[in-house]
Amino acid sequence: MEVQKTALYNYHKDLGAKFVSFAGYEMPIQYKDGIVKEHISTRSYAGFFDVSHMGQFFLEGDETLAGALEKIIPADLKSLKLNHSKYSFLLNNDGGIIDDLIITKTSKGFCIILNAACKENDVKQIEKFLNKDHKYFLNNDLSLIALQGPKAVEILEKLVPGVSNLKFMTGDNFKFDNENLYITRSGYTGEDGFEISIPNNKVEKLISFFKENKVNAVGLGARDTLRLEAGLCLYGHDLNEKINPIEANLKWAIAKRRREEGGFNGWDVIKKLIENGSEKKRVGILPEGRVIARENTKIFSESGEEIGLITSGTFGPSVNAPVAMGYINTKYANIGTKIHLEVRGKKHGGKVSELPFFKKSYVK
Amino acid sequence: MSEKKFSKKHEWVSLDGETATVGITKHATEMLGDIVFVEVPEPGKSVEKDGQAAVVESTKAASDVYSPISGEILEGNKSIVDDPGNVNSDPEGASWFFKIKVKDKSEFDTLMNKADYDKFCAENPS
Repeated sequence: MEVQKTALYNYHKDLGAKFVSFAGYEMPIQYKDGIVKEHISTRSYAGFFDVSHMGQFFLEGDETLAGALEKIIPADLKSLKLNHSKYSFLLNNDGGIIDDLIITKTSKGFCIILNAACKENDVKQIEKFLNKDHKYFLNNDLSLIALQGPKAVEILEKLVPGVSNLKFMTGDNFKFDNENLYITRSGYTGEDGFEISIPNNKVEKLISFFKENKVNAVGLGARDTLRLEAGLCLYGHDLNEKINPIEANLKWAIAKRRREEGGFNGWDVIKKLIENGSEKKRVGILPEGRVIARENTKIFSESGEEIGLITSGTFGPSVNAPVAMGYINTKYANIGTKIHLEVRGKKHGGKVSELPFFKKSYVK
Repeated sequence: MSEKKFSKKHEWVSLDGETATVGITKHATEMLGDIVFVEVPEPGKSVEKDGQAAVVESTKAASDVYSPISGEILEGNKSIVDDPGNVNSDPEGASWFFKIKVKDKSEFDTLMNKADYDKFCAENPS
């Protein structure tokens, strides 16, 4: 497959970005300042992220569209209000997670933000449930820019008046340079902020404004440390087709009505898991000292039994300590349970921790 | 100041009598990014040339640090264990990784000088 680039590729290059291949895209992993500074400046001021590799999938249709999507997405789409968003996922027949996503109700239907690595397959999985009256397309003419951090609202309000009225997980249409922007108050860092869907030919103009306001570019490296501190899952690591939402501790993302009525992929499996509990569960892990427990680090009980596996682990710059999450035998999943982590052949101490590691500051 | 030599795995070595001091190069720290964890060897441990001797981790990944020279570890640098970020700020000075009692000084001569190392880095971009 040919390597893809976002509309801002040359801009990243001029900023001294180091690139990494991610989901078929050449994406900036960091800029000159490095991951720690990018992370800290996002939490203390604001940072912008080019996440245009993610899929912006638009669906249009009549009142049957919500019902069709509910076959594969366990959110309450029938009563989702206009311009409101929900975190949810696509499920397979075993209740496994095909992808995690944010779905927003638009005037014509829905918009779903999909992970870059999954988006082509996601469309195939979704279209199985659609009929000829439903239109759908991945819009590649749009970029997606996240502006995150405590100053995000003040800065964006100057350019796009009205955005400060948005509440967390809602969005609206705004005008910028005679073009339509769709902006949601959301993000994946644990900070207040926005995701801005903008035509590719306007994105450099938006970024210039951010630069004038001293907002630095943040790469995928800091995006990863930020989201892990916020306890948020990264698909392909913390979630995959063999993991179901109950194991992933994401039951909250299955709407109450859907839990009562069922009628979606994998419901029989998920229903049993809700009733009986799952054998393993996603938890936060805090290693002792400075040892970093990275993905695939084995977790042991104090008595030496292998009880789980780390799925994401790094050094958390704001926590100023190593942080991780992983799946652990449910017997050992209680907060505070002491565990051992095997790093480079040696066992190191650690404990099961609450998530997030860093308090979220969403504006609700 | 004794002469500094360099390995293809981006370690530097300086030799003072029988004692060599080993660290990672500035180029290595630039490739690694922010260093957040360091593990240094215990005194008394013997290491072979090109054998794994220490560990350095950045926010991105963990990497082994190899000893460019054989011998017995005399000391690991505790200050970089306590404050790994120092490796980024002064990689080829105060932030050495370990000191080693050298077994065979001729191994030192096989390493690259500064000019050759710079050329090697230019020809082998990460």
